[in-house]
Amino acid sequence: MRSQLTTSAKVFLAIVFVILYAPIFYLIFYSFNSGGSMGSFEGFTLEHYQAVFDDNRLLVILINTVIVALLSALIATIIGTLGAVGIVSLKDNKLRNIVLSLNNILIVSPDVVIGASFLILFTMIGVKLGFTSVLISHIAFSIPIVVLMVLPKILEMNTNLIDAALDLGANRRDVLTRVIVPYIKPGILAGFFMALTYSLDDFAVTFFVTGNGFSTLSVEIYSMARAGISLTVNAISGLVFIVTIAIVVMYYFITMRSKKTEGSIQ
Amino acid sequence: MKFKSKPAFVPYLLWIALFVIAPIGLVLYYSMLDLNGEFTLVNYKNFFTSAYLTMTLTSFWYAFIITFFTLLISYPTAYLLTKTKHKHLWLMLIIIPSWINLLLKTYAFIGIFGLYGPVNALMKIVGFDPTQILFTDFSFVFVAVYIFIPFMIIPIFNALDKMNPSLIYAARDLGASPLTTFRRVIFPLTIEGVKSGIQVTFIPALSLFMITRLIAGNKVITLGTAIEQQFLVAQNWGMGSTIAVFLILSMFAIMLFTRTKKKGGRV
Amino acid sequence: MKSLIQIMLTIVIVCGLLSFAASRLEAGSSAGGKGTLVVYNWGEYIDPALINQFEKETGIKVIYETYDSNEAMLTKIRQGGTSYDVVVPSEYTIETMIKEDLLIEINHSKISNLKNIDPFFLDLPFDPKNKYSIPYFWGTVGVVYNPNKIPEYLTFESWDDLWDPALKDKVFLVDGAREVIGMGLNSLGYSLNSRNDKELREAVEKLKQLNGNVKAIIGDEITPLMINNEATVAVTFSGQAADMMFENEELNYAVPSEGSNLWFDNMVIPKTSANVEGAHKFINFMLDAEVAAQNTDYVGYAIPNKAAWELLDDEVVNDERFYPREESRTNLEVYENLGLELLGKYNEYFLEFKMSLK
Repeated sequence: MRSQLTTSAKVFLAIVFVILYAPIFYLIFYSFNSGGSMGSFEGFTLEHYQAVFDDNRLLVILINTVIVALLSALIATIIGTLGAVGIVSLKDNKLRNIVLSLNNILIVSPDVVIGASFLILFTMIGVKLGFTSVLISHIAFSIPIVVLMVLPKILEMNTNLIDAALDLGANRRDVLTRVIVPYIKPGILAGFFMALTYSLDDFAVTFFVTGNGFSTLSVEIYSMARAGISLTVNAISGLVFIVTIAIVVMYYFITMRSKKTEGSIQ
Repeated sequence: MKFKSKPAFVPYLLWIALFVIAPIGLVLYYSMLDLNGEFTLVNYKNFFTSAYLTMTLTSFWYAFIITFFTLLISYPTAYLLTKTKHKHLWLMLIIIPSWINLLLKTYAFIGIFGLYGPVNALMKIVGFDPTQILFTDFSFVFVAVYIFIPFMIIPIFNALDKMNPSLIYAARDLGASPLTTFRRVIFPLTIEGVKSGIQVTFIPALSLFMITRLIAGNKVITLGTAIEQQFLVAQNWGMGSTIAVFLILSMFAIMLFTRTKKKGGRV
Repeated sequence: MKSLIQIMLTIVIVCGLLSFAASRLEAGSSAGGKGTLVVYNWGEYIDPALINQFEKETGIKVIYETYDSNEAMLTKIRQGGTSYDVVVPSEYTIETMIKEDLLIEINHSKISNLKNIDPFFLDLPFDPKNKYSIPYFWGTVGVVYNPNKIPEYLTFESWDDLWDPALKDKVFLVDGAREVIGMGLNSLGYSLNSRNDKELREAVEKLKQLNGNVKAIIGDEITPLMINNEATVAVTFSGQAADMMFENEELNYAVPSEGSNLWFDNMVIPKTSANVEGAHKFINFMLDAEVAAQNTDYVGYAIPNKAAWELLDDEVVNDERFYPREESRTNLEVYENLGLELLGKYNEYFLEFKMSLK
């Protein structure tokens, strides 16, 4: 069904994309501003990019941010996916709704509440504040979004498939890895990406549970607000953005090519 | 379905116990403490003053509006994306903007919507007088919708993507109009994706706080703002927790409305 | 499934490589030697070059962590779990911290540069004899405005100018209960530390009449708005006003004569400090005249360091808007710690005011 998009459809999509990227291009535009802030462009400069590479502390923070985001999203995706499969396999309807409601509590709770209660929790158990506590918290608040992303895929899955596989003598592990997971893969990836978003955006929870010199970009940016956010942050975000886009586009076309040469669809 | 896999379910249940039930226990406990740390129900009494009830209504109203517009934009976007050539690449390109820090993007919006920003410059060319778009309901809803669009698009895209196209052709062949096809065939098949999208939009929209100040200039006050203020300014964790309890209760109410009924025991 | 496992492996490998890179970067920047010092401060509230200088001079490695509000910082210090050696809270928070026994007494014999501080900033009610805190930056709350965009007669000599009908939809207020209610109290001639419910009530009622004039109640985001001439009149802190005026020369700043708030950010050493010796060294270092002068150049806030004033441009130090003369400081009040109950009341009134805005 490779139906061509009509012109009005193309225009609609173009508008959506322009709006989604407008603030990002705005940020990047001002990262070249020789003036001190966003808003009035005075002249072209690369000094903010220079500043990024001169500031080891900021680079370490950036790397920390990426590590926490990737690892927490990965682990949250694993736990969340298995959780979603588990929720659907619950027979009792009431119980299932209770678990789902519990699942969503962290999504509705404001970050301050989550952050403060996690901080109390960690100091009670005696977890050292720093990388570990931040990672655990990010996993914790990303799990529900993964579940919500995976759940609809499982629900729309044809259950006969599974029953058939089981009847044919497949064990549970096989059913999970060979039947369920391949089918719900788009949901899993969606969950992973949304978990990344949650982790990269979080300020309040990280602020409360971090310590011992560990920091993330969000915490850094928010605490700059009082004395003015420096354009170095714009520059670093611009770089991250360009690199991300490059990786995604490259990865996409490499996998496309290899798929074509192998002549198979996964 | 007969499928069950208990050991795989354990980490998730552990997570619920440690990071959901335990914090909620704490929140409940704090909600029953007054400023001197003594047990009381006075916070609950205070919640039922008109200020907080109005705020609850406002929060619901804005969350509803935000969800509505997010769905209105996301559904057609997701649908059209599934028709593009490199659909998965396009989908990734929808997600990537959400990885740039939200505070930075919000500052960018302040610039974009500003009197001397690009939007007003455009308006001027078209012949309108520059107006302050910031600190209005419009700018607030706009930025909120902006934030939630990727969250809504993804589940809908996933639902549409795997849909069997022959179903649509069949409907067309049987003489169904495009509208009927959509209403009777496409939409029902994507309902789970839509529900999931609504949940990941509506629920967090109830507790939005940062942009209520930055974009709405505190002219929109939601439960999220109130909780943040109670925790961080008034240092009244008791009252803050009480509002949080009501927020969670309202979420339960929404879950009741959007729950999946007929699917009981299907898997 | 295979592709998912591939993705998982890639992520783990990437994370490994990244953490290796991070450890290399950190090793490169560390001065090594006499341990580390954790400084907990507002973001962008110190010249980073000074941290390097301190590291070089003392061999102590500085870990710089940041916060964005006194209250959030306080929660972290109270709860423990991580140790901070030097923190820079505002005066009302210092009062709370002293009361809660969270601070270590500062050994004045180790702070030889204390003599550089103007006596006006020492021995204040929130910390008598500076037992626990040493001044870092200070300032006032006032009105920053663009004289070219409002009638000439509005000079904000009086808070009442904010109520002028000419300012319809032009006024921005800072998002702080103490500041806004305090402004209402001041404009009526009351103390901004009022504990009298009748006075508070009166202040809120007066504030509500600002309704048509208030465009928004916001926080730090006011700075870019004023710089870009998006906003005309804003009630804000002097430090931020200085930032704005540095970028936008049209702006002016005034502290209304009925009175206003005088604030301090002081350095303290929390009980959890693991390097008390280093903390004293750091505080003493920051009080050095040249260091303080360089710092105020970078941050833009007013310093209490009279030895450093000599090194700054006369234009800066003689600017009475940011370095008010002693005689005009008499109307300025420092926030008293009102206790949580009264603070709660201020907040409720502030909320009531916010919700009355349309």
